Amino acid sequence: MPATTKTNFQLVINGILKENPIFRLALSMCPAVGISTTMMNGLMLGIAVLFVQVFSSCTISLVKDYIHPRIRIPTYTLVIATWVTVIDLTLAALAPVAYKQMGIFIKLIVAFAIITMRLEVFACKNTLWPSFWDGVGMGGGFLFGMLTLGFVRELLGAGQLFGYDVLGFRPLLFFALPVAGFFCVGFLMAAFNYIEIVYNKRKKAVNR
Amino acid sequence: MKFIKCYKLMAVAVVISLVLISGCKNKHSYVSKAKFKGDHNIIITFAGEVDTAWAKDVKNYGIYAKPDPDIQLTISKIIPGSDKKTVDLYFSDAIDQNQPHILTIKNIMADGKNLGSTVVEVKKLYFGFLFSILIGAFLIHNFVFTKYLGLCVFFGTSQKQSTAVGMGITFMIVMVASAMMSWAFYQFILKPFHLNFLQIVVFIGLVSLSVQAVDTVLRKINPALFKAFGVYLVLVIANCVILAVPLIIANNEYNAAESFMLSLGAGAGFLLALFLMSSVREKLELANVPVTYRGLPIAFVVAGLFALAFMGFSGMVIF
Repeated sequence: MPATTKTNFQLVINGILKENPIFRLALSMCPAVGISTTMMNGLMLGIAVLFVQVFSSCTISLVKDYIHPRIRIPTYTLVIATWVTVIDLTLAALAPVAYKQMGIFIKLIVAFAIITMRLEVFACKNTLWPSFWDGVGMGGGFLFGMLTLGFVRELLGAGQLFGYDVLGFRPLLFFALPVAGFFCVGFLMAAFNYIEIVYNKRKKAVNR
Repeated sequence: MKFIKCYKLMAVAVVISLVLISGCKNKHSYVSKAKFKGDHNIIITFAGEVDTAWAKDVKNYGIYAKPDPDIQLTISKIIPGSDKKTVDLYFSDAIDQNQPHILTIKNIMADGKNLGSTVVEVKKLYFGFLFSILIGAFLIHNFVFTKYLGLCVFFGTSQKQSTAVGMGITFMIVMVASAMMSWAFYQFILKPFHLNFLQIVVFIGLVSLSVQAVDTVLRKINPALFKAFGVYLVLVIANCVILAVPLIIANNEYNAAESFMLSLGAGAGFLLALFLMSSVREKLELANVPVTYRGLPIAFVVAGLFALAFMGFSGMVIF
């Protein structure tokens, strides 16, 4: 694939909407199901992923000419692991409460398929700035997905947003259960599919 | 599927040898057994008959939990057994069975003779503990349905039953190999040199290394097997479980046998989850699913139902 021809804005929008990691590509589902019970958790993990994605994209795009093609995957993994260690230690020092809630998931960012995939597909073929904006788009897309899930689950499960009472009652306590993550992701994916189907139908009707 | 049987046999052999190792322990000559019975009782079995009057005296026993020797537990009632060989100590407060307890028995009287005092350690069977780790990772804390890890690979490879079983078995082998390797690395290199902050980098490196090793060995030794399972090896690296298990082992300071059991349970649990899911998804192919739910959305709903079912295991205590 030759270097991208998209503008920076298109790269960001592409990551957030068209190739959203959670709802469209269905990669990195573990945290989306596991800890999206509140918006705060979603925000924290989203920021961590955004950080790792942007910095490893930049690192790889800078050193891509020196990596032998046969050892590129281990190199990506090590670069990601380094940045994850950075964010892991930082969060443990600065936000110990939230860090404890997220548990092992921060460390597991290493194994998120989305980050390795973006390095393989995009960062190793493009220069610094497009890679940076692609990283922002993909990380932002993940953040957006986590926030949406957290919004739905916290609102329906606890009647709260960011820990503040919004509704004053609990509409569906079921959504506060950890298990509800599966259902929530399933329903939201179906909703996005529905929107896409309706959108395509209208487009066809207009073109005709 | 001859090789599956082979692994079953190996697993059985390992379990039996663990029983043998954990079964051999020395105790005082006259106290043959002391064990927990329920949350409130400890049963002492003597080698011969003891005097009932001596056995009934609370002063002859002292007991405390191993971590805090200052806090003596109070025995509220003593019930001697009818055959005079067993004594049932009853505690009004519940005993924490997960901690070993130190039981002191003073001046054992049998046939009018004083046989001296002894100290006995009462604890759950070590094999029972190992077994509870295995079953815990397999069912109670199943990594897919109750910890929500490894979902990318779980949804990616559960469309067909044959694929699911292949992926599960490959994963189990790599899981055990890499967990044991990272356990050794953590205990003998990272911990002595205070390099704990390198955990993530080292563990992910070891995982890729063991995947590569299994790949090479399988290619040379059994090309037919490699043809069947080689494609799944790459996917193993993208699975969070393979990294989560070494991290859990390092956090809990497990020893070799415990790490082996945890990784085996995690691998088997993943295999079970994949098998269950693929069975349902093969049936779903024939069902009339609404257009918006086709593919992944319905798979997520099914996984949610499975997770609800697995919630039934939560809180289960073995031994």
